[in-house]
Parts: sequence; C-alpha cells; structure tokens
Amino acid sequence: MKGPRSFPEAAREALADPTLRRNLGRATATIRARRAAVVAEKGDWQALRDAGAAIKADTMSRLDDLLEQFERQVELAGGTVHWAVDGTEACKIVAAIARDHDCSRLLKVKSMATDEIGLNASLAEAGIEAIETDLAELIVQLAGDRPSHILVPAIHRNRDEIHALFAEHLGAKPEETEPEALAAVARRHLRRQFMTTSMAVSGANFGVAETGAICVVESEGNGRMCTTLPDVLVTVMGIEKLIPRWQDLEVFLQLLPRSATGERMNPYTSFWTGVRTDLPGDGPREFHLVLLDNGRTRALADPHGRDALHCIRCSACLNVCPVYERVGGHAYEGVYPGPIGAVLAPQLEGVESRSSLPFASSLCGACLEACPVKIDIPSMLVHLRAAAVGAGATPRSERLTMAALARGFGSPRRFEILQRFGAAVQRRLPRDRRMARAPGPLGRWARSRDLPEAPPESFRAWWKKRRDGGG
Amino acid sequence: MSPEAPIALFVTCLNDTLFPRVGQATVRLLERLGHQVSFPAEQTCCGQMHVNSGYGAEALPMLRRFLAAFGDQELIVSPSASCVATVRSDYPAIAREAGDPGLAAHLEALTPRVFELCELLTTRLKLTDVSASFPHRVAYHPTCHSLRGLELGDAPLRLLGAVRGLELVELPEAEVCCGFGGTFAVKNADTSAAMLADKLAALRACGAEVCTTVDSSCLMHIGGGLSRTGGSIRTLHIAEILASEAGPAS
Repeated sequence: MKGPRSFPEAAREALADPTLRRNLGRATATIRARRAAVVAEKGDWQALRDAGAAIKADTMSRLDDLLEQFERQVELAGGTVHWAVDGTEACKIVAAIARDHDCSRLLKVKSMATDEIGLNASLAEAGIEAIETDLAELIVQLAGDRPSHILVPAIHRNRDEIHALFAEHLGAKPEETEPEALAAVARRHLRRQFMTTSMAVSGANFGVAETGAICVVESEGNGRMCTTLPDVLVTVMGIEKLIPRWQDLEVFLQLLPRSATGERMNPYTSFWTGVRTDLPGDGPREFHLVLLDNGRTRALADPHGRDALHCIRCSACLNVCPVYERVGGHAYEGVYPGPIGAVLAPQLEGVESRSSLPFASSLCGACLEACPVKIDIPSMLVHLRAAAVGAGATPRSERLTMAALARGFGSPRRFEILQRFGAAVQRRLPRDRRMARAPGPLGRWARSRDLPEAPPESFRAWWKKRRDGGG
Repeated sequence: MSPEAPIALFVTCLNDTLFPRVGQATVRLLERLGHQVSFPAEQTCCGQMHVNSGYGAEALPMLRRFLAAFGDQELIVSPSASCVATVRSDYPAIAREAGDPGLAAHLEALTPRVFELCELLTTRLKLTDVSASFPHRVAYHPTCHSLRGLELGDAPLRLLGAVRGLELVELPEAEVCCGFGGTFAVKNADTSAAMLADKLAALRACGAEVCTTVDSSCLMHIGGGLSRTGGSIRTLHIAEILASEAGPAS
C-alpha cells in the first residue's frame, strides 16, 4: 500500500529546514505562553476540564439518540439534514447543492472536517471554485500549500513569505509588509468575494442537540460574513461535534478559546439555527447540514480510542508538543497534525496505512496535561502502537528482537546470560561517531549520541560478590 | 513501617547492566540512613520497552517475573521513575487485558508498595536532608515520567537543595522532554536528536557542571549527546549525588 510517507522520513525533511524550525519555535512559544497565562487565571480550570470530559463522555455514550434529536431540531428550524458515511459521499452532497443553485463559486469558513474530506479538490473536479476566507487558509490556498496546524494553518510561514505571496496573487504593494497592511490586502480581496458569492460552506465547532443550533468560533469575522450573507449555507459537521444541551456551551466556550488562541474569549462566536424566517434579515434562506461519519463510528467502537472523539480541535496539544514544535505539521502527512493527529489519522484512515504515526511521540505526556477535555493521548498512542504491531506493521527484525528479549527477560538465568553477552560485545565496540555506521537501532543511536561506557561488572555480579564476601 | 524489614531494591535492567554505580549508590545511601537493603535476585526487567513500543502482550512474562521477585516484599524501591511508572500505572491493566484477573489483583496489591527513590525518601521516610555533600553546580532535568507520570513535584529538588555545598542552577525549559522516549530515540532518531540538541543547549546556557535526574535512560541519552559534542558537563543519577559524602572529591 503506497500511501503517505512514514513519519521519520517526512520529519527528516522538515528538520533540515532551519526557517521552518525558527517560524515554528517562535509561534508555538508565543501561543504556549499566552495559553499558560489565561489558564493560570482560572481557579476552576481543572474542574472545567473535568466537566468538558464528562459532557463529551456522556454525549458519546448516547450519540445515536442525540444525533436523531439534533436532526429533528434542525429540520424543525427549516434546515435539511444529510448523512454522509464517508468523505466521498459528503463531497457529492455539497457539489449537488451547489449545482442545484447554479453556483460555480462558494465561500469557505475555515473547517477541519472539509479539509479532512478534501472538499476543495473534489469541488474543483466538479467545476466549482472554493474560496477560503480565513486569512491563514487563504495563504495556504494561494500558495498551493497544505495546512500545518489545526488552528493556525500557515504557522510554518513568516511575514516575508506571506508578503511575497500576496504581491503575486492579490496585488500587494512592496511597502505593504506590516501585519496590518497584509491583513488589509486580504480584506480588500475577501470583501469582494463576500458581496458577490451566494453560497458558503462551513464546519462546526459545536452542534447543540437540544436546539438544533450550530456554533462556529473564530477570530476574523470571515465566518460571520459567510454564515450571514450568502443565501445558501452548508455546514459539514463530524458527528462527534455534538453536545447535548445549550448550557454545555458554558463549559466549552471557556475551555476552547483559552486552550486554542490563549484568549479569554474569541472575537466572533456565531450561532445559527436553521434558516432565517424574518425576511429580509440576516442568515441563509436555505440551510443544509451534512453529518459526517468518515471513520468516527469505528473510533467510537474502540474502547481505547473513543476518547479521541472528545477533541474540540483547540490545538493545545500541538503547541506544547516537543515533537510537533520541531517537525511541524506537514511531517504528519495528513489533515490532523500533532499528538491528536497521531491518534486521529490512524483511527480514521486505518492503522495499517498510518502505522508510523503512533510512534511519532516520546510519550512525554505534555499533550495530556494541556488537553482541555483530558484526552489521554499517550495511552492511546501506546494502544495504537499495539494495534500496529498486531497488524504486522513493524519491522520483522524488531518483532523478533522484542520476542527474544521478552524470553530473555522472562528468567533471571537467561537475563544474566544476555547481560554478559551484551557486555562482552559492548566492550569491543567503539563508543563514538564511528558507531553511526552500524546497522539498525545502534547506528541510529550513534548518529547523535555516544554509547555509554561498559561497566566492569553488572550490579548483580557486584551484589553477589559483596554478599559472598560478607561486605 | 517496621524498621527491621529490609527495603527491596528493584535496580532495573538498565542500571543492572550499564549503570551498576546507580544501584550501588542507592544501596550506599539507604544503608547510611540506617536501612537494610535486599536485592531479590529473581528480578530482571519491568518490560517498559515492550509495553511502550506496542508489545504489551509480550511483556506478560516480565509482569509475572516482577511479582515472583517482589510479591513478598514489604517495601520496594527503584532508582527509576519510568520503571516505577510502568509498574504502577500499566501493570494491572496489561494483566487484565491479557485475561489474567488473578495476576492483575496480585499486582494491584503490590504496586502501592513500589516507590521511586526520591518518593521513598521524601514521602515514606519523611527525609529531605540525607547528609550528602556534593560541592558542585548541578542542573536538575525533571524526566517526563517523574513529572507527569509519578508527579514527583519538587521532591528531587528538595533533596538536592539539602545537599551540602551543592548549588542548584536553574535549567531553562526544564520541563520539556529531552527526546529520549525509549524506542523513540532510535525509531525517530532525527527528531530525538533535535530535541536533545535543545536540551544540551539549555544545559550549557545555565552553567551547570553536572546534569542529574531520576532516570538513567534519559541520562544515557543526554550523556551520550554531551560526550559527542564535547565540553565538561557530566551526568550523574540523583542517587549518586545523594550518596556522596564529604571527603575526597567525588
């Protein structure tokens, strides 16, 4: 199966790019500090995390009933609900709606779900142009690039790179290099699109089962434009984005902005329920909700994996991850990067094709510590590693070594033999750079680290002598 | 606890094989504090590498081995936070998943008696000052398993703070992983090396003579990097520092 590159391979390329490392290091350090400050000022932060985790666990335990309730409420409010088993089906639904309205262009609100299903590319094949309206998504789209962060898709780009891009595509002047000027260039371009496009597609941060309301949380106001100006609005929502009650937002609207952008509250929080009835008011005349499965029910069926569906896409785990900070999002070769991506991608796409991702972590636990809904990412990675091993996705040499070591460690006698053998070999090996040419794990260790000095005797040999010598 | 009961040392396979001086220091320290130490020779390895690399099922013989070696012990100490974390947080679940509830129950009864060295000293023996002397500038790197697994908090720092002559220097970004991560260090060697490079830079920046922590595995990685890149910073396990006494320079 020729799929994405393995993580170590993709990471090596990213690590060789000093600009990328500088951009990422600076950006993640800034967000980390901001998050830490606004989290520290909440005395009930741990209680909020517990509440968030509990609401999500409750939702997942009765997701089927809640989804049906949600569907009823959306339809009562004049919306149309579509169920999509996978990305192909979801893309077809969106394209069909566009065709029904003779739309050859549509606006996009930044959305992970539509990235996940490759909506833009699929629409392009159907002759429909998707215009990203989030500033960072616009940058990524103009560059023909891929997002590298859940929340800050262009985190890998610096200001100079963005100016060059805007000069080429949006007519930015040479002096328009400051962030404000660059934002103004994007705004000029986007305003024209907002005023002349009659259809928009959004994702959803939350769907409220009790009322049928959809919530989108954003910083730039482009989402508000997209959900209020066009006549036709389509929301593609992963089925796990549901929450049971309106009141649950009290918890999540505190957890999300603090964890995501390090803000007490994000600038724009938009809600809509069905279609507008008080013509001519704001909001769409026609609203379609596409409920997307795309592997989620499979994740839900896995007792060790289902908590990953609690994710509210805040990116806190990316920003605190020492692996993500060094390699960036592209090394994960998928829509969801970072620690949560290393869990979600194998879950949604199958562990066989993404088997290197669960190993892309030192299991340091910083992600769990930062997660606003307490997803135990390290434990999930370990379970996914076991699944990768079970699927035969690890090298045969590794499986044999592990089996041999397990047998050796199973008995003190065999352990001692292994130990003596290992020490004898080690005393003959150079400890330095020369070992980097050795094959396998030893060589990979020695590329950047010397081997430890071989001790004169093992601890147990020392202990035995000491005991027998009466010491 | 009964003062007569010896403290059983779980030295760990890594210390046993490559860093016997860490086990020896642990024995010296506890004996100096008036405790008897035993070394159940039936012990081998906790199986952490297998468990964390996805070979949990294969680790089962090691769980049984641990129980055979330490099941009867009243108090068990180990100079390794990550091995203690494996025993404490992973063992019962692995046994249950393997369909051996009996083993799980035995292990559940055993794990509360297993302590990491700093934990034993500060929470069980209620000590901060262990009468050590080590006149050097020391940086403490809190390993991830000690910090977020066992939640040792400032226990190691309090112990180090009471050592005669020891000057604690603050390590920048101390709580960031050093990049070891068990098989991560070789499976993702390039990323691991990039994380290590930043840890080494922080160590150099803080002016430490010695880098210490509670896991020989992370120290092997940091020490290997220090030795490769030159310079005079040494690595020592915290047991070695706590076992040091005034006298000829250690």
